[in-house]
Amino acid sequence: MIGLIDYGMGNMHSIAKALEHAGGDVQWVKTPRQLQQVERIVLPGVGAFRDCIHTLHERGLAQALIDKVHDGAPFLGICLGMQVLMDVSHEFGEHQGLGLIPGQVKPFPASHPERGYKIPHMGWNDVILPADGEPHPVLAPLRERQVYYVHSYYCAPQQEAHLLAACSYGDHRFAAAIGRDNIVAVQFHPEKSQRAGLAMLNAFIEWNPL
Amino acid sequence: MLSKRIIPCLDIAHGRVVKGVQFVDIVDAGDPVEAAIKYDEQGADELTFLDIRASHENRDTLYHMVTDVAENVFMPLTVGGGVKALADIENLLHAGADKVSINTAAIVNPQLVRDAAERFGSSTIVVAVDAKRVGEQRWECFTHGGRKPTGIDAVDWARRMSDYGAGEILLTSMDADGTRNGYDLALTRTVAEHITANVIASGGVGTLEHLAEGLSEGKADAVLAASIFHFGEFTIGEAKAYLAERGIPVRIR
Repeated sequence: MIGLIDYGMGNMHSIAKALEHAGGDVQWVKTPRQLQQVERIVLPGVGAFRDCIHTLHERGLAQALIDKVHDGAPFLGICLGMQVLMDVSHEFGEHQGLGLIPGQVKPFPASHPERGYKIPHMGWNDVILPADGEPHPVLAPLRERQVYYVHSYYCAPQQEAHLLAACSYGDHRFAAAIGRDNIVAVQFHPEKSQRAGLAMLNAFIEWNPL
Repeated sequence: MLSKRIIPCLDIAHGRVVKGVQFVDIVDAGDPVEAAIKYDEQGADELTFLDIRASHENRDTLYHMVTDVAENVFMPLTVGGGVKALADIENLLHAGADKVSINTAAIVNPQLVRDAAERFGSSTIVVAVDAKRVGEQRWECFTHGGRKPTGIDAVDWARRMSDYGAGEILLTSMDADGTRNGYDLALTRTVAEHITANVIASGGVGTLEHLAEGLSEGKADAVLAASIFHFGEFTIGEAKAYLAERGIPVRIR
């Protein structure tokens, strides 16, 4: 059973449906008690960092998520659900994240429309996997495929080892995916990335981190 | 590399896809979910639905349609038509839309765009700008399907909407729309080079070359087209193969 964390922001039907299409059983999670009953966690994200982290704390989900991840439950963070894993974000002031992956959330440099560089970074772009070694099993289906991104901020993990895949926009290279142990998190939206996205969600459902 | 996006646009009336030329001789063209699945299979990058008969009474029909589509295809969906207030936007997002397009209401109440971007995020707000050429390198915003002038300069307006937080401008040339002679490239390029929001070129596509022009000369981030895809002249795949051959970055799966 996959626990889809619902913290009351935005529409989550499409991600629930995408997970079901990819072969998962989805349970909506609004309380720490509900979180105890699931094996896997998906933390989606839309809206502002501050509101997201505030709501997670308010509902007691922040600590419950940290505990659940420590217990080894496979965790997938999507977009803002990736960013809240970091120590700190600089979106609209400075805000503490869950601190599950050391690093910061930073804004893209200002836009240059005359050069076609615009913010938000919106549209289909690459998932650049490491040139040497096996890709992360959840990301393996994305080799040579593009996925859908929408964001103005990106994660800058402190440790190179936590960077699982990159993407470049303008002159800028940023983290497309980060993770460690039983955590994997992506900046793009697999639930909006058609077949490539569904293949990745399926890989997450099948993933058994040691 | 970021791909240029190809966006088929579907006109909707009472929850059904309709086809027509210049809004006359409108005929029922089927089920929105089937149409969405067809474009999904062809590799469309996004879908835009415009409710051309938007009214208060048929809102629920539209919301149900959006939910049906969102549960069956997994790509970004933009929905527009009759959006007047924050509540309309919220309802569409809850139904399953990823982005909502605001047209006349933005002209009537520009603050709506600012409020909507703040509340739902810039990336969810599209402002549709209908522009008509009124002089050399000058365009004016029109409402009501190009019938009503507003006296507002279209380039200034697009920039203001971008500054107010719109993530995208759906830019339609009212002169080109329906002609199949190609986009108004000067208009598209002028707006694209001056605003931070993404620009979706619309109006006038008759050939695949027009799509290429809109993206290269017009510098649009995305191109929207209706009739060349609906009537089966070209598939999305054919359009992308053509663009890729001309060195335009597109997503080929």
